[in-house]
Amino acid sequence: MLRFPMIGLVAGLMLSTAIAAASDKPSDPQIAHIAYTAGDLDIKAAKLALEKSKKETVRAFANDMVRDHSAVNDKALALVKKLNVTPEDNDTSKALVKQAEEKNAELTKLTGEAFDKAYVDNEVAYHKTVNEALKTTLIPSTGNAELKSLLETGLKIFEGHLQHAEMLAHGSHK
Amino acid sequence: MRGAIGAALAGLFQLALAFPSQGGELVRVKITDLAFSPAEITVHPGDTIEWVNEDFIDHTATETSETWDVGIPAEKSAQLQFTRAGSFSYFCRIHPGMTGTVHVIAK
Repeated sequence: MLRFPMIGLVAGLMLSTAIAAASDKPSDPQIAHIAYTAGDLDIKAAKLALEKSKKETVRAFANDMVRDHSAVNDKALALVKKLNVTPEDNDTSKALVKQAEEKNAELTKLTGEAFDKAYVDNEVAYHKTVNEALKTTLIPSTGNAELKSLLETGLKIFEGHLQHAEMLAHGSHK
Repeated sequence: MRGAIGAALAGLFQLALAFPSQGGELVRVKITDLAFSPAEITVHPGDTIEWVNEDFIDHTATETSETWDVGIPAEKSAQLQFTRAGSFSYFCRIHPGMTGTVHVIAK
């Protein structure tokens, strides 16, 4: 019974550790890279869900994730181009990618309801952790006002995703 | 199933929009920074609400029990005509923290 919530919990803790590593005041190019990577990884998870899930509500959620995170990342790319900033890869981004690959490998082995539950639980854990990192580390560390504003908008969007994922996890979103 | 019913009902509402009743007013609700503004609005039967989405992401205006469900694409608008009196709470299906209420009262 505890297996899937535990997967989400462990994923959240690992992700927290990865993002905590960025707490030494990351630079704007690093923050841009972390934020873009976090969005891109959620798009990949959503695409996996669209391959594997047959449940209408899970597929609708996954489609929402692809569309919203793509829109935010498109804005981020346009902004860094305008600011002439090159996003800089860093240990946090690398850790995020590594953990997402491990999670992807776990999810790939699952099917049916087991997959749906594990995907949704992970979305809850992932958005909680990323949102917390945005609030406590990434947004306060951002120097450029436009990048900060985009991250603040992103946070509002991702808080909506967290609520949506929690509703799915609790079965209250039909 | 429920989605199909919602889509069908939304279709009926849209059909009504194609032939708006005489005398109804167009009332705008802005969507900015993931919030409906005004969040609470009062209209009369026959009036049409137009949600103007100024955000760069899609939203919906979905009645709480999903009797109507209006998709509002990024930086676009969508309309729904209200033909009967009542109070309708709604939210965005994609970002459920966004909520609003429409009161439809007879003139």
